[in-house]
Amino acid sequence: MSAKEIMNKEEMARTLNRMVFQILEAIKSEDGFCLVGIRRGGAVLAKRMADILAKEGKKDIKIGYLDITLYRDDLTSIHDYPVLQSTEIDFDITGRNIVLVDDVIYTGRTTRAALDALIDYGRPKKILLAAFIDRGHRELPIQPDFTGRTVPTSRSEIVDVQLEEQAGCDCILINKKA
Amino acid sequence: MKTLLKNCKIVNHDKVTEGNVLIDGEIIASVTAHADEKADKVIDCKGKYAVPGLIDLHVHFRDPGLEYKEDITSGAKAAVAGGVTAVCPMANTKPVNDNRIVTEYMIRKAQSDGLIDLFPIGAMTKGMEGEELTEMGDMTEGGAIGFSDDGKPVCSAEVFRRAAEYASQFGSFVISHAEDKSLAGAGVIHEGEVSAITGLKGIPSECEEVMVARDILMSKLTGAHVHICHISSKGTLELIKWAKSMGYNVTCEVTPHHFTLTEQELLTYDTNCKMNPPLRAQEDVDALIEGLRNGDIDCIVTDHAPHHPDEKAQEFDLAPFGITGLQTMLPLSLALVEKGVIDMPAFVRLTSYNPAKLIKKTDRGEIAVGKLADIAIVDPELEYVFDLTLNKSKSVNTPYMGKKLKGAALYTIKSGKVVFEFPMN
Amino acid sequence: MAYKRKDLLGMKDLTKEEILYLLETAQKFTEINERDVKKVPTLKGKTVINLFFEPSTRTRTSFEIAGKRLSADTINFTASSSSTTKGETLIDTVKNMEAMKSDIFVVRHSYSGAVKYIAEHTDAKIINAGDGLNEHPTQALLDMLTIRQSKGRLEGIEVAIIGDITHSRVARSDVWAMTKLGVNVRLFGPTTMIPKHSQVFGCRVCKSMNEAVEGADVIIMLRIQRERQGKLLIPSTKEYAKYFGLTKDKLALAKPDALVMHPGPINRGVELMSNVADGDNSGVLKQVTNGVAVRMAALYILGIGNNKGGIDENAS
Repeated sequence: MSAKEIMNKEEMARTLNRMVFQILEAIKSEDGFCLVGIRRGGAVLAKRMADILAKEGKKDIKIGYLDITLYRDDLTSIHDYPVLQSTEIDFDITGRNIVLVDDVIYTGRTTRAALDALIDYGRPKKILLAAFIDRGHRELPIQPDFTGRTVPTSRSEIVDVQLEEQAGCDCILINKKA
Repeated sequence: MKTLLKNCKIVNHDKVTEGNVLIDGEIIASVTAHADEKADKVIDCKGKYAVPGLIDLHVHFRDPGLEYKEDITSGAKAAVAGGVTAVCPMANTKPVNDNRIVTEYMIRKAQSDGLIDLFPIGAMTKGMEGEELTEMGDMTEGGAIGFSDDGKPVCSAEVFRRAAEYASQFGSFVISHAEDKSLAGAGVIHEGEVSAITGLKGIPSECEEVMVARDILMSKLTGAHVHICHISSKGTLELIKWAKSMGYNVTCEVTPHHFTLTEQELLTYDTNCKMNPPLRAQEDVDALIEGLRNGDIDCIVTDHAPHHPDEKAQEFDLAPFGITGLQTMLPLSLALVEKGVIDMPAFVRLTSYNPAKLIKKTDRGEIAVGKLADIAIVDPELEYVFDLTLNKSKSVNTPYMGKKLKGAALYTIKSGKVVFEFPMN
Repeated sequence: MAYKRKDLLGMKDLTKEEILYLLETAQKFTEINERDVKKVPTLKGKTVINLFFEPSTRTRTSFEIAGKRLSADTINFTASSSSTTKGETLIDTVKNMEAMKSDIFVVRHSYSGAVKYIAEHTDAKIINAGDGLNEHPTQALLDMLTIRQSKGRLEGIEVAIIGDITHSRVARSDVWAMTKLGVNVRLFGPTTMIPKHSQVFGCRVCKSMNEAVEGADVIIMLRIQRERQGKLLIPSTKEYAKYFGLTKDKLALAKPDALVMHPGPINRGVELMSNVADGDNSGVLKQVTNGVAVRMAALYILGIGNNKGGIDENAS
């Protein structure tokens, strides 16, 4: 398996920073918003976004984490038993602006599942999607509102988002499927 | 017609001799015949054992009444395929064999098939209800060789006492399926480790032992011969040893499954290992083997109990008790010889000589001049898979179906006629 | 961690890892039951049949709720254990249900081993909801989940199981599972209700109620099945309550924070006194709540697992 690095730690930090400011710009300040990260990568990125916002003086941004395993449409074709992660949204999402954060958007099916999951928790005023990497090949009419970087890929490639919190380092690799 | 069994090891209750057996008609004419003696038929036994045809004192042939499980013809075919030339079917047919008409029907049907001799065991009480004695005199005259309410043990000690007394008057004896039904309750397997593990209800060994003790004492009281069926526990054997040491007229039998398998078989809830008495613990198996070794046990019987596959394919609690055994008695008993527990003469004592004496059939149980030519040529080394093509019973309820077995009858000869030949391919 | 079996038949044959996987998954499902919208689409289009050959209300309801919260179609089929007397065999009954394209059967049966027997004769997935005296695996899982939530761990926890051990599938499942996970289990009950060969359980069998309760972290009181036993094993419920029931005084011998559990339904005043059942130490209703999560986990794990195809690792 050959791996090509398409983003390093610095580029990732810069990109995430930019995305945060785009979000701040897009959502009127009086309305406010909450972050909901999709486990596992999106959850880490959402947490980092919250940290950036805190440094900007926005310490009261609520953050939640969403496990979408139970909402997937491909559960029965998964070769191994997925380990359920927990969903932690300890605030009422009804009437709020929600920024859904994911690390990679690909077919759009995860986002679809996340939207279903989120709606089971309440009726948000608006849901916006922030995707760190958009690798194309959408199978559903879903587009991110905020994109970190658009990366053209083939279906035979795997976008590997490595995050310090999980993998021990920050970088984004493109691997050829073995 | 003369048949020569050439080149065999002739096994009797007391010795093994090499030689040739000459059969004239239904009778053994010589056991010291010359190898090139003139005969109509010559079977070269190639050094295998010639043993007296096995006599199984305990079978269920389901005929009359439950022929879908087995009938006398299919049962006889299974018998000869297992080297067995005489059987004693129990009385729990439909109708119950509690009168001379049923007894004679059974005997005649077997005679017309000409495969085996059938010596029925009559019911001890009418309808096996445990209350009124059957017409034992008349039935004995009709051919019944003993009396038992097998499977429905007589609760009343009084009734058992009178049955034993009355049977002895006609030179007959009673056979006790020793089980205290009140203690057995709804039990389906041995009460032991496996019943604790599986949640299957247990039948304690004492359930058998308490009845064995009673029936031994009834023998003491009456002086009548009491034969204890299919003993399964160490405690039972100890009681029988005591009875014999006291000089009481008590004998007993054991089945191959009880001296071969343990309760561990039931961990899989296999209904083909469900029988009554149940498979017991290893210490019981060890004791039974010891009893066979030292002669405390008089004979080996099958308790051949065929049941239709549909009946065994049920919830464990609902499946009937019993397994078939006529075609597995020989390999399982020969395994004792291979292990050195018993020798070939002891094998003959347990499977033919002693049973013949118990039912007072002096014309058999030995390979000797003048005796009936009931002989099995046995190869203890023959290995084969016991499958549906070999199985002759109408039923297949045996844990040995599909299993590899060692030891079989190559030929079974009944009254001088070859009635079974092992299918070699 | 994984669970690759077709069925969930009992705790006896499972590995420690399989049991932990079931527990972890169940723990995750507890969250769904706290939501306003208590439903996920996971088993949409799957058919779950509750095949009950023995009367049961709570276990069946718990499974039914669990199935519905996973969006499965759950159907209750109650049959008599003696349906064979009506001419249809157990396997025929099951095959008929299977022919209607059912995915999972939740089976309860009054005979030990009957659920395993069914599992061996169908391709459908089977969850044992209690078979005779043998096993009741989801009860053991919910017991352990409740203990772990209360005590933070299972290893080294002192659990007393008190009552009719011989006739209890709950006791068997609890013993097999808990001993694998390092729980120290002790048993107590009337001598008439303790198997003669209880050494197979690998647990301490206590001689008195005091010994059983003393220092326990958890006390599981079993239900006395009065309708099953008749009067042969115990002379009266009054006497049972006196020598084998859990009173406040007896409970005082256990650890102060001891958790009292009961598989239900409780015979108040017999095995469990009301002031204990309703007291601060009682985890009885927590067990019921956890029961739904455990059954969701079981349905989920069997319902999605078909081991075909490969995972799309970038299914974003």
